[in-house]
Amino acid sequence: MSAQHRATATGTGRSLARSRPRYGEQAIKVVLMLAALVSVATTVGIVFALAEPTIEFFSEVSLAQFFGSTEWGPLFKPAHFGVWPIIVATLEITLIAIIVAVPLGLAAAIYLSEYASRRVRKIFKPVLEVLAGVPTVVFGFFALTLVTPLLQDVFPWLGLEPKNALSAGLLVGVMIIPIIASMSEDAMAAVPNGLREGSFALGASKMLTSVRVVVPAAFSGIVAAIILAISRAAGETMIVAIAAGFKSVFTLDPTQEMSTMAAFIAQAGSGDASTGSIAYKTIFAVGSLLFLMTFAMNWFSARMVQKYREVYD
Amino acid sequence: MAILTTPKSAVQLAGQGRPLREHVFRIALLSSLVIALGFLALLLVYVVQDGWPRLDSALWENQPSIRRPETAGIQSGIFGTLWIIALTALMALPTGILAAVYLEEYADKTKWYNRLIELNISNLAAVPSIVYGILGLGLIARWMQFGFTVMTGAMTISLLVLPIVIISAREAIKAVPPSIREGSLALGATQWQTIWRQVLPAAVPGMATGSILALSRAIGEAAPFLMLGAATLVRFNPEGVWSSFTVLPIQIYSFISQSREEFHVLAAAAIVILLAILLLMNSVAIWLRNRYQKRW
Repeated sequence: MSAQHRATATGTGRSLARSRPRYGEQAIKVVLMLAALVSVATTVGIVFALAEPTIEFFSEVSLAQFFGSTEWGPLFKPAHFGVWPIIVATLEITLIAIIVAVPLGLAAAIYLSEYASRRVRKIFKPVLEVLAGVPTVVFGFFALTLVTPLLQDVFPWLGLEPKNALSAGLLVGVMIIPIIASMSEDAMAAVPNGLREGSFALGASKMLTSVRVVVPAAFSGIVAAIILAISRAAGETMIVAIAAGFKSVFTLDPTQEMSTMAAFIAQAGSGDASTGSIAYKTIFAVGSLLFLMTFAMNWFSARMVQKYREVYD
Repeated sequence: MAILTTPKSAVQLAGQGRPLREHVFRIALLSSLVIALGFLALLLVYVVQDGWPRLDSALWENQPSIRRPETAGIQSGIFGTLWIIALTALMALPTGILAAVYLEEYADKTKWYNRLIELNISNLAAVPSIVYGILGLGLIARWMQFGFTVMTGAMTISLLVLPIVIISAREAIKAVPPSIREGSLALGATQWQTIWRQVLPAAVPGMATGSILALSRAIGEAAPFLMLGAATLVRFNPEGVWSSFTVLPIQIYSFISQSREEFHVLAAAAIVILLAILLLMNSVAIWLRNRYQKRW
């Protein structure tokens, strides 16, 4: 849009304008571009910050040890560097969160986009934004002091530990509901009305139209929303640090205390691991892994959108 | 919406009215939304009820203490958060808005480097906040030797909110119709004059809304600060940008980590303060958007 209108504006304007070059205008453009390059510098900075200690880490701990063992305890003596327990815990909590958030978030999005009147939407959307703005320490507090005791009372046979993956996962799920709901709603709102009207004209009910026409048409946007939500859940730190604890055990049992990758980084980073120690370098190795995982998901999501996007006028 | 009137008659044409499952589906959708938002209500009621006994003036007049939770306060956290937010606003907002102007008004989208910048921004928006903490620790605190200071914290958090600021400022600029620019250019204004006198003023409300939401994200953020030495008990307010500091969410986290019950009450009271600040900011943002949103 801007490129085109500039082309016409300066294109026709140039012959009429003064021939003296405008250095001020050029300087401004350079300043603006530098501002945009800060974001690129941030990525470079992240890679730079992660790379060196990670390489040093792997010169001391072999890849086979890192990925080939299921015992994790870099802060103990003797230290163990099998990363699987924290990967499994991360995936498990993410899975619980997704099971909670995808149905609720999608249903909320369908309601807001297809059913709600303008007034209802005007009330609910800001409230959803407020939910999105609740700090994660607050969710963690809630999980630890309300949800876990409640679950222990209602389902005593679960044998829930005071810190456990289940309530942490549930609250991470609540945290990502607004992401799924608002991004999916945007995607559904972008589906042109002609599609809905065509479906109604063929005699489809509102439910059928929503489920069979609108949701498939907005599919790429919905998938992008879910993937973003997954990467948020996988990288969430405070809820899991507070409600799931720091114990690293290799288990799938969600009633147990378990440490995720982000929780480990927080635990080791807030302690006093001295620079250059192997515990300090482990922070960066796990950080690299987490960064790569979320980066891969993002890339995948961008590809999905590109490949499956339905383009309407 | 026009669409809402069309289907009704279509369904009526089908004859039987709405079958039961249509109603069930609608109710299931609505209840999902209500469950999600009911959770928010429950959370608010719970923290207020829990923190009520400690919502007194000692809370913001006193400094935190490990030994006396009944009189401990959160003053260093409140001041730390104010310092961080002020510096973040000074650094992240201008940078983000300038970057957005470049991307919307100047960048030629067919050029590879501009596409790279865009891809990079959307990628950064999904990087976990703890990774920004690592960036702050490894690069700003250690490599640049800024130490665990207010400056390090503010720089880290600025980088974290920068993508959010850029994305929302771009939306605001995009909402200004091309005819405004064309009119200005046709009257002989240069491109920068057009942006500075026409586009930016028209985009201010949208950018303000986005900026407030970005800053409120910064206020609630805790994970990066864990890596930046804010986790230790800080019993004084920051005196400058090179002072050590703590922030409210970190203080809440350290209260939660204590096992004594009084600390949980204190944590709940501090959460009420934090949520009150955030709710206020959110309301201002929503009010701004509703008040000044222009339909072109």
